[in-house]
Amino acid sequence: MFARSEKTAELAADITDFTAVRGRSLFRDAMGRFVRNKAAMASVFVLGLIVLFVVFGPLIAVWDNEEIDWANMGDILRNGAPSIASGHFFGLDELGRDLYSRTIQATRTSLLVGLIGAAMALLVGTAWGVIAGFYGGRLDTAMMRVVDILLAIPLTLILILILVVAGRNFVTLFIALGAVSWLTMARIVRGQTLTLKTREFIEAARAGGVSEGQIIFRHILPNLIGVVIVYASLLVPEMILAESFISFLGLGISEPMTSLGRLIAEGAGTMAHGTIWQLAFPLFFYVTIIITMFFIGDGLRDALDPKDR
Amino acid sequence: MTILSVNDLKVDFDTPDGTVNAVKGVSFDIRAGECLGIVGESGSGKSQSFMAAMGLMPPNGRATGGVELQGEQILNLPVSKLNRIRGADVGMIFQDPLTALTPHLKIGEQMAEVLKVHKGLSGREARAQCLDWLDRVRIPEARRRLKQYPHELSGGMRQRVMIAQAMLCEPKLLIADEPTTALDVTVQAEVLDLMDRLKDELGTAIALITHDMGVVARMCDRIKVMRLGEFVEEGEAKAIFDAPSHAYTQRLLEAMPRIDKGEANRTETGEEILTVDDMKVHFPIRVEGGLFGRTVPLKAVNGVSFGLRAGETLGIVGESGCGKSTLARAVLRLVEPTDGTVSWFGKPLNQLDKKALKNERKDLQIVFQDPLASLDPRMTIADSIAEPLKTFRPELSKSERQAEVVAMMERVGLEREKYNRYPHELSGGQNQRVGIARAMINRPKLIICDEAVSALDVSIQAQIVTLLKELQAEFGMSMLFISHDLSVVREISNRIMVLYLGRVVEMGDADTICTAPVHPYTRSLISAVPIPDPVAERERARIRLPGELPSPLDPRAALRFLPSKLAAGEEDYVPRLTEVAPGHMVAEHDALEDIMAREKKAAA
Repeated sequence: MFARSEKTAELAADITDFTAVRGRSLFRDAMGRFVRNKAAMASVFVLGLIVLFVVFGPLIAVWDNEEIDWANMGDILRNGAPSIASGHFFGLDELGRDLYSRTIQATRTSLLVGLIGAAMALLVGTAWGVIAGFYGGRLDTAMMRVVDILLAIPLTLILILILVVAGRNFVTLFIALGAVSWLTMARIVRGQTLTLKTREFIEAARAGGVSEGQIIFRHILPNLIGVVIVYASLLVPEMILAESFISFLGLGISEPMTSLGRLIAEGAGTMAHGTIWQLAFPLFFYVTIIITMFFIGDGLRDALDPKDR
Repeated sequence: MTILSVNDLKVDFDTPDGTVNAVKGVSFDIRAGECLGIVGESGSGKSQSFMAAMGLMPPNGRATGGVELQGEQILNLPVSKLNRIRGADVGMIFQDPLTALTPHLKIGEQMAEVLKVHKGLSGREARAQCLDWLDRVRIPEARRRLKQYPHELSGGMRQRVMIAQAMLCEPKLLIADEPTTALDVTVQAEVLDLMDRLKDELGTAIALITHDMGVVARMCDRIKVMRLGEFVEEGEAKAIFDAPSHAYTQRLLEAMPRIDKGEANRTETGEEILTVDDMKVHFPIRVEGGLFGRTVPLKAVNGVSFGLRAGETLGIVGESGCGKSTLARAVLRLVEPTDGTVSWFGKPLNQLDKKALKNERKDLQIVFQDPLASLDPRMTIADSIAEPLKTFRPELSKSERQAEVVAMMERVGLEREKYNRYPHELSGGQNQRVGIARAMINRPKLIICDEAVSALDVSIQAQIVTLLKELQAEFGMSMLFISHDLSVVREISNRIMVLYLGRVVEMGDADTICTAPVHPYTRSLISAVPIPDPVAERERARIRLPGELPSPLDPRAALRFLPSKLAAGEEDYVPRLTEVAPGHMVAEHDALEDIMAREKKAAA
């Protein structure tokens, strides 16, 4: 408790030194601006609710997601509608399984797939693009040719190859999705880096003795962030869709596990029989996640741009 | 005869922060064959009054009052009617000739468009008229230019195309909005002469909008001085320059440096600290030819040598493309020199490894031309100023660093309240102070100012020059002051070096270079600088070098002032520098009369 560290000393100096001007930082400012953005904050709230639902929803579930309700599966249209009495809050699916439990499980999968896939793209794509763009020359050519070649091979083929070779499980799925999602990101980031690195303030930093690595972290990355975040928020729904496509091929997540994409596909297939709830519930979660992602991404972009008021 | 009569014109803009009164009721008349100067600094509303009069306003603007063109009310007319007036009765030229021309249309096509709209001419007839006007604005090889795109022409040539295009329908009124601000002095002189001739020959009325008192002195018959949307002073040019009555006009005239008068910098100087010897910077440029094209070296800097003493300011002048900025960056090793040595306190700067070079960077700093572009838009200005501190004095605690930054901000004239501002929230002058504070924070021994005041208004420019001089007196650093504006360079420099296509043509005391230049190139440069005094300005003889500023890729261009060697076939000859007086070096050259005579012969 009495340990002395420079950090605490500085903090103390900061707090006691009322005369000095307090420094602002980009991220502290961005936080303030983000909090003031009503649409973005509402989206964070709604997304938070969905996450809470995924975490605590199973506690009130009556049925397991694998269990088949043999009593009602004979007549889904009449007996399988959403009802509190029967314990099937979201109704039954075509095979007589509880849609409530299945939706929770599917939302969890899709959220993870979307966020982790986008995050992989964010990390790998940004790093790849910045390094290629900033150092330029032969390195740039080599790195970008790799991207070009990967882009030229059909995406599905790569996904299938990875999944077949490494086996089907959650981790491989994330790696496979990440492996294909960063390509476009790398291109976008490289283009931005190329224009940024010729700007005068980079030259000014170099004249000020700032090392190349620090230039990337202090000057290039903060100026890239707007584009990167907006693109990443667009990637989330793309990942969710890609996952449902792979699962459709039988390579992604397999029964009894499911994902929103698959639930929607199944629901759309049975829509004509009048069991509209099989489409409505998964679709509601899917659309809500995507819309909130867009607003949050947009809000982040605005918040991180000091020019925006 | 009155061409344009403006009566109590007001322009308002609706912005999220409320209504901005950009122009607060101005009235003026322009007669045929007259040049009216509207003088003012940025934000004074001088451009806006004309834009509004011509109906070229953004959607959130409102104009009230009266504008009569040859007795006809034109303010707030519908666009269809205005279009018949714009281009036919009124021609306009803008500051930036590149953005004002459509990049994907050939010169001939853009010009013909005007004729088609207003006179219904097309085809051969239109082309003949375009050609005629290109000749009249003295564009060499006019026929070839018709088939060229705007980016293939030099800045001066583009501005002449703009003028030719504006004059195609022989308008009664020509509105010139800062027509020469983006141009080199010699080109500026040419363009101004051209406008003057149009005025005399065709009786065109000219409204010249500018911030440059020198240009006004050369061109204008009457002047209106504008500030904050109002005229603060108006009258005959001579009267205003002789006895400005309003305090603002006086300040404006005082702030304007003069090439023909004034004191050069006379600070004490010490030992030579920087020696540049035979510096060369060549860039490989790909040109067409052969199957894959070939590379030729663009000799941006081609054998420059000079020395700089402690506490001294060396001015480097030359026209765009002469290699002044490249030279500065090569000295700092922001670009790698191809050849030559830079010795800094006896250490060979161009041979140091990365780490050693970084240590030296503490003492070598640079201030850039565009204050906004040279600051990171996502950093507060305090963070930008503190950056060199973080690199070179990492031992400072956060609060010590803050104290240093605040002290430096106050030293360069920024209030401490601005600590947390971002660059886009400050004006150009304030941002340049930030740039200077960042350069000065480690008390460097050398500062390179690369066109550091060129983008600023006259009065701000004067303030920054004063600030730099004060800082030099206080901290004793040396300066390399690069500018295309000779009058400013004279004011701040001890010595001046004149560059032409990567080579030194003349070097000497600031006063000597400005009052008694020897080399023909220096003489023509100096004679082209406008002086803010109508009487002196109009009596001065201009030394006009024939032809355009040649391309640095043309090997013969380097010997433009030694045509005798060219004629003798010695195209690789390097002109020697000779010392004509102590400290006054001049490059070998033929007599000016010879050069002119030869060029004339070549043209004929």
